[in-house]
Amino acid sequence: MANVSLRKLNIVLGGKPIIRDLDLHVEPGEFLVLLGPSGCGKSTLLHSIAGLVDSASGAIEIGGRDMTDFDPSERGIGMVFQSYALYPTMTVEDNMSFGLRIAGTPKAEIRRRVDRAAAMLQLDALLRRKPAQLSGGQRQRVAIGRALVREAQVFLFDEPLSNLDAKLRAELRRELKLLHQTLGSTMIYVTHDQVEAMTLASRIVVMQGGAIQQIGTPLDVYERPANRFVAGFLGAPAMAFVDGALDAAGRFAADGFDLMPARDACPAAQPAVLGVRPEHVEIRADGALQGDVTLVEPMGNHQVVWLRCGRALLASLVHDARRFAPGERVAFAVDAARVSLFDAQSGNRL
Amino acid sequence: MNPRTIVPPLPPTTAAAHRREAAARRARRRFTPARIGLYVFLLGAALFFLLPLYVMIVTSLKSMDEIRQGGIFALPHALTVEPWRLAWSGVCTGAACAGVRTGFWNSVAITVPSTILPILLGAVNGYALSFWRPRGANVLFGILMAGAFVPVQVMIYPLVRVLALAGIFGSLPAIVLVHLVFGMPVMTLLFRNYYCNVPHELFQAARIDGGGFWRIFAQVMLPMSLPVIVVAAIMQVTGVWNDYILGLVFAGRDNMPMMVQLNNVINTTTGTRQYNVNMAATILTALVPLALYFFSGRWFVRGIAAGAVKG
Repeated sequence: MANVSLRKLNIVLGGKPIIRDLDLHVEPGEFLVLLGPSGCGKSTLLHSIAGLVDSASGAIEIGGRDMTDFDPSERGIGMVFQSYALYPTMTVEDNMSFGLRIAGTPKAEIRRRVDRAAAMLQLDALLRRKPAQLSGGQRQRVAIGRALVREAQVFLFDEPLSNLDAKLRAELRRELKLLHQTLGSTMIYVTHDQVEAMTLASRIVVMQGGAIQQIGTPLDVYERPANRFVAGFLGAPAMAFVDGALDAAGRFAADGFDLMPARDACPAAQPAVLGVRPEHVEIRADGALQGDVTLVEPMGNHQVVWLRCGRALLASLVHDARRFAPGERVAFAVDAARVSLFDAQSGNRL
Repeated sequence: MNPRTIVPPLPPTTAAAHRREAAARRARRRFTPARIGLYVFLLGAALFFLLPLYVMIVTSLKSMDEIRQGGIFALPHALTVEPWRLAWSGVCTGAACAGVRTGFWNSVAITVPSTILPILLGAVNGYALSFWRPRGANVLFGILMAGAFVPVQVMIYPLVRVLALAGIFGSLPAIVLVHLVFGMPVMTLLFRNYYCNVPHELFQAARIDGGGFWRIFAQVMLPMSLPVIVVAAIMQVTGVWNDYILGLVFAGRDNMPMMVQLNNVINTTTGTRQYNVNMAATILTALVPLALYFFSGRWFVRGIAAGAVKG
């Protein structure tokens, strides 16, 4: 277990600044997920923690020691890559023990660590196989095992599940969470998949354009997004946005909308954007708002009903068997206590 | 109910009729005019290339008297292997008359190090250029590639001077060094392109595992380079074995390769021309590259598909 601290980190690749003045502190034993769209710099950030990408300025501290100029192998990290990156000519066992053999670890110790990792990841029967003889899920397990035997202070994951099919991804995701519970090591995990971020993270870092947009627990980031980008990136169907205005009393009004959202601060009258998550839109006869059904998506255990209200298009989750026809006019209510309000200009949370 | 009773099998007569019809359709397709034209062309091309080889083989098995009677396409009346024996161990290759045998072993002595060293150097170059990306790697690679387009003849005189200055002109190390220099651009290109298709993450994983420059090369990259090594070996062996001018200039009197000795046998200006011996000596000389292509053609194609063309 170790903490990781990044201070005023700048990364420039090919003359282009990728990461600008980034500060980040990862607590010991934390499962931190870096989440963002492709090209947001999250992978570059992870590679710089690993020492695979040089930083232009700033400091990287791992376990209280300044590691900025250290070689990847000296940083006490284990890393798992998206493409598995297994050595194709070596057996599973040799793949896992390669780093230890380089470090000159005694044979008995190598044996002990490989056996332990193999047992944890159900690889016992596959130790003599070559990577080409393994399935995708098995390969990624070997890659995780290779990181485990290093008994690193910090584990780095670079989109490790993106190459797997949906079923395997969910399976391995649960295994990773269990692994973190068992080991209690610090883990930093890069993904663009919000489900992985929500389910695995103790804290999520949402990134865009090389800068951190918000850091918080999954629930915090989901419920109280710091700006419109974070609000729109997390959640499926996405949060709906309604352009309107706040009056001096704090009442939000827009075309077809009129409600009194709960807020922390009380800013003056100004144009604002209301953000509504699908689960906070309820279709019911005594609802104060009116909308037209445009589309119904049955999902099995629930259905998503899309409503047009003024210029806004809202999704609503319906958990019963009621039937709605496109074009039908329905009454609905919005949970005013749980909506988000954003500044119309900056997009920041009000 | 048994499913077999629901769907009865096709009556045998109908099935046989279907088979006959299918066979007839295939036959019709096989003998379209275009097909026939194609086969005629292929057969003609094969004959065109095989005829000289046929003439060489039959001539090498005839006595000189029989050759003088003419009829170069005729099969030998009295089969003799004497020309082959002479070519291998008796014919004059300049001052000495010990056959092309000495040349064969000279060529082996030149070809083995001139294949292994350029491959190793090319592999290291390609590996360094693809993964470590030293400052100015692209410029360096560009210069190396430009070197591949300079004709060998242009560099002979300067190379002679340099090697003479170094005191190794006209020796085995000299000819190996020359082959190393001329083989390097293509070898580097071959390996660089191959390694460019290896995921960079593999290299990064090895770095995290603590591998240095040489360990990653020897334990991770080289073992997975077998296809491209085979291609490189074929190219280099063929090139070095078939080389005439470099061997003539740089190898020195004691290391004359087979190709130079073959030329001495055939271009002799004294005595009668022994066509049968010449043919046998030529076939003997061509045997090594011929066998190489014959046995490794499969690898050659695979290696080209694996990395020599892509990137």
